[in-house]
Amino acid sequence: MVVRKVKEFIIEKLILICGIASIFFVLLIFLFLAKEGLAVFKIVSPSSFLGGKSWYPISEPPQLGILPLILGSAIVTLGAAVISVPIGVGCAIYIAEIAPLKIKEVLKAGIELLAAIPSVVLGFIGMVTLVPMVKNVFHLPTGLTALSGSIMLAFMAMPTIVSIAEDALYSVPKTYKEGAFALGATHWQTIWRVMLPAASSGILAAVMLGIGRVIGETMAVMMITGNSAVIPQSILVPVRTLTATIAAEMGEAVVGSEHYFALFAIGIVLFVISFAINVTADLFLHKRQ
Amino acid sequence: MRNPHRTQKIAFFLLLLATLLIVVPVGLIVVIIIQKGLPGISWQFLSDIPRQGMRAGGIFPAIVGTVYLVTGAIVFALPIGLLAAIYLSEYSKDNFLTRLIKLAIVNLAGVPSVVYGLFGLALFVVFFKLGASILAGSLTLGIMILPIIITSSREALESVPYTFREVSLSLGASKWQTIRHIVLPNAIPGVLTGTILGLGRAAGETAPILFTVAAFYLPFLPKSVFDQAMALPYHLYVISTQVPNVDEKIRYGTAFVLLALVLFMNLVAIIIRYQFRKKKKW
Amino acid sequence: MVNAAFDIKGLNIWFGQIHALKEVDMDIRPNEILSIIGPSNSGKTTFLRMLNRLNDLHINFRMKGRVMFGRSDINKMDIETLRRKIGMVFALPLPLPLSIFENVAYGVRMHGEKNKNRIAAKVEDALKRGYLWEEVKDRLGESAFKLSGGQQQRLCIARTLAVEPEVILFDEPCSGLDPISTAKVEDAMLKLKEKYTIVLVTNNVKQAARVGDRTAFFLSGELIELDKTDKMFTVPRDKRTDDYISGKFG
Repeated sequence: MVVRKVKEFIIEKLILICGIASIFFVLLIFLFLAKEGLAVFKIVSPSSFLGGKSWYPISEPPQLGILPLILGSAIVTLGAAVISVPIGVGCAIYIAEIAPLKIKEVLKAGIELLAAIPSVVLGFIGMVTLVPMVKNVFHLPTGLTALSGSIMLAFMAMPTIVSIAEDALYSVPKTYKEGAFALGATHWQTIWRVMLPAASSGILAAVMLGIGRVIGETMAVMMITGNSAVIPQSILVPVRTLTATIAAEMGEAVVGSEHYFALFAIGIVLFVISFAINVTADLFLHKRQ
Repeated sequence: MRNPHRTQKIAFFLLLLATLLIVVPVGLIVVIIIQKGLPGISWQFLSDIPRQGMRAGGIFPAIVGTVYLVTGAIVFALPIGLLAAIYLSEYSKDNFLTRLIKLAIVNLAGVPSVVYGLFGLALFVVFFKLGASILAGSLTLGIMILPIIITSSREALESVPYTFREVSLSLGASKWQTIRHIVLPNAIPGVLTGTILGLGRAAGETAPILFTVAAFYLPFLPKSVFDQAMALPYHLYVISTQVPNVDEKIRYGTAFVLLALVLFMNLVAIIIRYQFRKKKKW
Repeated sequence: MVNAAFDIKGLNIWFGQIHALKEVDMDIRPNEILSIIGPSNSGKTTFLRMLNRLNDLHINFRMKGRVMFGRSDINKMDIETLRRKIGMVFALPLPLPLSIFENVAYGVRMHGEKNKNRIAAKVEDALKRGYLWEEVKDRLGESAFKLSGGQQQRLCIARTLAVEPEVILFDEPCSGLDPISTAKVEDAMLKLKEKYTIVLVTNNVKQAARVGDRTAFFLSGELIELDKTDKMFTVPRDKRTDDYISGKFG
């Protein structure tokens, strides 16, 4: 009896510790990014790091301006958002409101399948199919462009956008819909004037999380955007994103070098962006409930 | 005045189009990889080491490396994730700490995979001096899949009817006995589903293992958890971008094996979920 | 002879802002069947769940007053010991997702019994006393969900008996049952009275009249009247009691 109580006391403390482990890990991630990354600001000021136009980390002295990378991420993300938001929300509406039950299950399985495909596989497929296509359609010297990246990333953001937006539509109370129908509205009018506004905060969260996924995506984007760290003048040129820079260069950076610190500082930027997106999206999701 | 029924027809057509724009390419991708990848698959491809600068031979070390990494990740993440889920579902109160934990989980799920790679490099490889090793890679992947395991386990635990807990407690069982003998056994299929989904995710990720474990080329198997290892996703990245003139058959074959592995795990998870729903007794 | 009884003084219970029980003073005597009647939201189920401290699971639960179980304050007792001594049968049949045998053995095992023969003996004995043994003795390994509703409820009674309680709380045990099953459960209660103290919460005034030694009437969280059942049903002291039992409201 006493032995059992002691045993249970220990187990329950262990459960508590694991319960707060998530907080611990988030702090640990931030702490270690900061530990390695903040050192770069001994060499460059935060403003010339974020606003500097040249990224030549291994020249002597190194030029550590990540503006080209930020703009690279921005242009790819913007392109992906323009493509994925209308298509993704449209697909969510179709699945939630229009598709017959059996087709709905098939479509949802298809979306889940997409979510399961590893990003390196999608990058590979993008390289061998999408990249040549972009090259031929626009008569470019190379198909490894921001546009290719945007299309691929839009595709990769779909599962997030579709599933969360569909949830949001699904959780609109049935009475709203019945009320609109009772007033003689068509199905589409009901969706457009009643369902979408009612689900708007959930859909907004879906879009934000989708964009978060896009900004953080690494492998596919590295494989098909051409990796050129210059400020992009159009969407049809090669660019390099924040994530791809880390992935491509960390392997060569010497531990403790300026280059190494700078890559960690990029990690801090990414961490802060994803943190902001996730917290805001979470607020929107809870507003709905 | 516009005809609302015609507007509806056009709108629904566009929505269908949007759906097809997503689903058709998904199907195409799978078909292409099967069509071009399957011919390259042979026993020799699966069981041989890469040869001639990865332009010939097989992918055996990469398969083994991925299996090691995924196993390590799950050994680390499952106990912590499950206990964390038990905390949230059975012990947590509606207070600030709980909100903080939930927020942390949301954030862990949202951290970009390459940032996990950086974190693993800084903490495990450099700070704990594990070097690039299976251990460092597994731990990194483990933390990455923690939110998946916590979220799905928690859902599984919470789907066990509350009345079972009341009955058990009313019979004089302690809280932990109730969890251990009533709640957990009935949540296992759900926990398993989440675990396998986490496995699939860990098997497919590349960025977190780039600097923590992955070896460019290693023609033998790792001997201990402190060794580097090859891994399927990284190998696919290497042979498609870093090594020129790799035979298409090898690249598609590798993509096929990786995709098959990941989809197989997802399929198993779906089957378990389906069986569970069918057999559900309450 | 078990000497289990409750002595309750100045009991108040809140759930958040809701004042669920107000200044309740009463006693529960050994080996009686105490029926508790009252309309819904009168606090009768809250009262019942207070006795084995199941209300504690509620996040916003707050309690004031002193509740003695025998010589111990229930809030100072080891909670598992308390709950073991005070069994409970719920409104709906709630078998655990285990076999028939394991449902009854569960409580016994949880209290540390490991000997297989002793467990089997206790299960058989409990099922006999719950009047279920003859019907299930050949199918003990089957899922408890395969039993009929009435059988399930008797299984729940047997499960409670197996841990050898002193008091058994019944929370509207017949609300989901047909008249024949109800009669069987009531029979069981009358026989159990010889060994146990029984507290029965019921929506069915006639059931209270049939089985209760004494009856308590709750309304809006207050104890309006507590008296011998035959007395309350013939000459109630309070007008509200009269109105309720004669069916004017509730």
